[in-house]
Amino acid sequence: MALGEPAAVRPLAPRVAKADAHWRNRQNLAVGASVLAALAAPLFVQNFVVFQLTLVMIYGLAILGLNLLTGFNGQFSLGHSAFYGIGAYTAAIMMNQNIDYYWTLPCAGAVCFVVGFLFGLPALRLQGIYLALATFALAAAMPQILKFQPLEPLTGGVQGISLLKPDPPPGVPLNADQWLYYFTLAVLLLMLGGAASFVKSRSGRAIMAIRDHPIAAAAMGIDTALYKTLTFGLSALYTGVAGALGAIVIQFVGPDSFPFLLSVSFLVGLVVGGVGSIPGSLVGGVFVLFVPNLAERISTGLSGAIYGVILLIVIFAMPLGAAGFARWAATRLRFARNPATTGSVGRK
Amino acid sequence: MEQLLQQVLAGLATGAIYATMALAVVMIYQAIDHLNFAQGEMAMFSTFVAWQLMQWGVPYWGAFALAVGLSFVGGVAIERVLFRPIHNAPILSQLVAFIALFSILNSSAGEIWDFTIKTFPTPFGTKPFLGSSLISTHQAGMIGVTLVMLGLLYLFFRGSRLGLAMRAAAANPESARLAGIRVGWMIALGWGMSAAIGAVAGMLIAPIVFLEPNMMLGVLLYGFAGAVLGGLSSPGGAVLGGFAVGVIENLAGTFIPYVGHQMKLTLALIVIVAVLMVRPTGLFGRAVVNRV
Amino acid sequence: MKKVTRRSILAAAPAALALAAIPARAAKNYGPGVSDTEIKIGNTGPYSGPASSYGTIPKSEAAYFRMVNDQGGVNGRKINFISYDDAYSPPKTVEQVRKLVEEDHVLLVMSPLGTPTNSAIWRYMNAKKVPQLFVATGATKWDDPKGHPWTMGWQPNYQSEGHTYAAYILQNKPGAKIAVLYQNDDFGKDYLKGVTDGLGDKANMIVLAAPYETTDPTVDSQIISMKAAGADVFVNTGIPKFAAQAIRKAAEIEWKPLQILASVGNSVGAALKPAGLQNAKGIVSDFYLKDPTDPQWKNDPGYQQWVAFMDKYYPEGDKSDSGNVTGPSLCATMVQVLKQCGDNLTRENVMQQAANLHHFRVPMLLPGIEINTSPTDFAPIKQLQMGRFDGQRWQLFGSLISGQAPS
Repeated sequence: MALGEPAAVRPLAPRVAKADAHWRNRQNLAVGASVLAALAAPLFVQNFVVFQLTLVMIYGLAILGLNLLTGFNGQFSLGHSAFYGIGAYTAAIMMNQNIDYYWTLPCAGAVCFVVGFLFGLPALRLQGIYLALATFALAAAMPQILKFQPLEPLTGGVQGISLLKPDPPPGVPLNADQWLYYFTLAVLLLMLGGAASFVKSRSGRAIMAIRDHPIAAAAMGIDTALYKTLTFGLSALYTGVAGALGAIVIQFVGPDSFPFLLSVSFLVGLVVGGVGSIPGSLVGGVFVLFVPNLAERISTGLSGAIYGVILLIVIFAMPLGAAGFARWAATRLRFARNPATTGSVGRK
Repeated sequence: MEQLLQQVLAGLATGAIYATMALAVVMIYQAIDHLNFAQGEMAMFSTFVAWQLMQWGVPYWGAFALAVGLSFVGGVAIERVLFRPIHNAPILSQLVAFIALFSILNSSAGEIWDFTIKTFPTPFGTKPFLGSSLISTHQAGMIGVTLVMLGLLYLFFRGSRLGLAMRAAAANPESARLAGIRVGWMIALGWGMSAAIGAVAGMLIAPIVFLEPNMMLGVLLYGFAGAVLGGLSSPGGAVLGGFAVGVIENLAGTFIPYVGHQMKLTLALIVIVAVLMVRPTGLFGRAVVNRV
Repeated sequence: MKKVTRRSILAAAPAALALAAIPARAAKNYGPGVSDTEIKIGNTGPYSGPASSYGTIPKSEAAYFRMVNDQGGVNGRKINFISYDDAYSPPKTVEQVRKLVEEDHVLLVMSPLGTPTNSAIWRYMNAKKVPQLFVATGATKWDDPKGHPWTMGWQPNYQSEGHTYAAYILQNKPGAKIAVLYQNDDFGKDYLKGVTDGLGDKANMIVLAAPYETTDPTVDSQIISMKAAGADVFVNTGIPKFAAQAIRKAAEIEWKPLQILASVGNSVGAALKPAGLQNAKGIVSDFYLKDPTDPQWKNDPGYQQWVAFMDKYYPEGDKSDSGNVTGPSLCATMVQVLKQCGDNLTRENVMQQAANLHHFRVPMLLPGIEINTSPTDFAPIKQLQMGRFDGQRWQLFGSLISGQAPS
């Protein structure tokens, strides 16, 4: 099963160098503008919206984790709610021991990396639907494990753990919501940058080669087993850090916070944002948080059905997700502006 | 020892539920080459349709036949209207469309028919079967119907031209098209058949678990597990896998001390994944060989 | 240890009237979300997601407030009931409740549904000093006036129900071997804890406590294990679907223990009928609400009032769903609090009046059961009544039990 759909990720056709450089400038400009907008946003909206935007970034980060695995390495997972939950519980348990919240992130990342790596080992033998089932098993089992009686002193059992909201450092003229927003934004930018350079690195090319053609990749001397398990670990790390941030911002973890449905939400966000697109993951975060709210505004009783209909419309309009749509629109735009230089794009 | 026997029998009885669903899962897999996550909800919806017909005074078998027929038409319609336009989209996008369908069916069923549980009649009665109080006549009847459906499907896919054409369309659409098979309609037909089998499954399962919008949630998960355990390319394997899941779950829950009761689901899943480690395409599945 | 002494019943009605009258004379004093014409009340509930079967509770609440508004509102103010979907997901509850408090500026949040969801907003509500009133969950922790003065429960807590079952068993079957079926979450474990604590040093009477997950298709395996363990008392704390399955399975395998059914699953229409009325004969359970599917209430004025309400304001609602009794009863309590507030509609006064309910009766509460609160008692309903099923209806027996679990 070609889950990653490599065609969507590769450039559409060889480009003319000049136009390409021009476009890259545009891209850098867009990234810069987005960062500036993100920095300014909390100063103009009320706290509740700041909180929502923080959640968007957190879900975006979690989806980015899934994207590294599915979009770039072609491995499928329905188990990322488990990694998110492990990250969240790591943070909550540590904060319960009066450890400062910022220390919980590297620990949550490390724990999830190990768990993800270990889970990646047996997953090596599985592909497609069989891998989906194995990862699903992880997600389905997670709430049961969190409720498990002997672990109760640690996990709080069915009652979960309530956390205190961290205050901004003394002297910083921000309220708690704004502070957490900037804290999350910093973590997000750091990890986005990490993901972008990872994807461009030798290792990144190796995992994409495995996605596109595992046998050819192995023939070229890529240690597919090692790279696949490492990607699993890295992917879990990203989602786990997101989970830790989620715990800090929500101030509560419980077994019911991390049901299998959360994995489904991540998957929806991944596809809507664009499989194999790093900025697309953030679009996915927006969708996951805001579209259910939109659906219930249309009809409270039928919110599930409306959500489904919106989802269908999105898939119909953008089968390759927001990122695919943006690429398509950009191509059209360039073609309209300068048919001579880009005439070869998309047609032969 | 007595309890072992009882738990195995009860596991087989519950396994029959999973097996019926697993069969429907394999059916759609044969037709479209991947899984339909909305299948359980489709079955639930069909069962509600049958229930509604009976509320309106249609006798059992009339409602049964009508529901199966309507489900077939509904399945074809879903394929034509919803999935045909995106059949070129990546598989993950199609998966998300399944999730959307799931959400729509579940939410509308709740809105139309409420969430209180409803009894659904059984044509087989609920007396103890062959003097054993562990398996009722309904459960025995359900196992029987599942086996009959399995046999019919086997004959259909092996023996009939249509069945062969459907398999060809799923396995290798391009070659099938060259051989003059109308691949698009074969897929639609597969959807219709799987919806119809799902309707039968739903109507057999509902008397046991009670009819309500969320009734298939757990069943579908176990049905998937059964189908994957047995091997998605093998209807017989899937049915066997369904029974196995029922038995494994009961035995793990009962006989692994202390941990068992609390972690029944987890243990069952661990066993299944362990089996997949040894046989990555299921117990009876054929390995897919990649050509370079 | 909290034990509430009953106040004089005779003083009830005049006292309530007097209380309602006093603040009315005081100057107008409004908190957020209140104007001369409107009171904004927030709510969250599971309209979608795995617990969507409980979505009917907030729907019936919205219907009830439509009725209140049609009848002129509360002290001339219409209720603006804003209810959001949280899909039973704690993070979503936090988001929606913050929206209610910070964007919609509601006066208070009423009966958010679920233990994990309420736990997630517990700290926030108390930090923000917004009333989190009459939460729709029976966990024990909501009765904590000292630690969480802005949160109040409503229904009898699950642990106290568990205590009641233990007391009944100790009294009627002291040598019993008990099997408990419970849902593997906060609510199920609360029941189990109640039974275990109630048995005290006789807790080893429990020979098997078997959980189920809501995704389990059936509980057949658990019931067979219980029979195999030789249990002769079966405490069934499942939600209607699993309670019904368990009752039916026990009958099928000819296991005939003394069956005690928790109040969450004791609806005649929603659980016993599906299980088979003859299979349910002899089951013992506890009650605080009138079961709308029990024929004995047919001529009861409270029931008829409820039916009239359902017919007019919530005709699409299912009359056999006990959630549609819970919702309006919660609302009736809420309306009483607002009435007592008069024109002093600040968040502080709302909490004061919520902690100042005396002998308040709700039409669909069982005869004799009253709502009482005080500044040291945040558990509005504490009384329970036992009943036995005779194959047709619940025959209530014994006196009201004060089901207050020691906390």
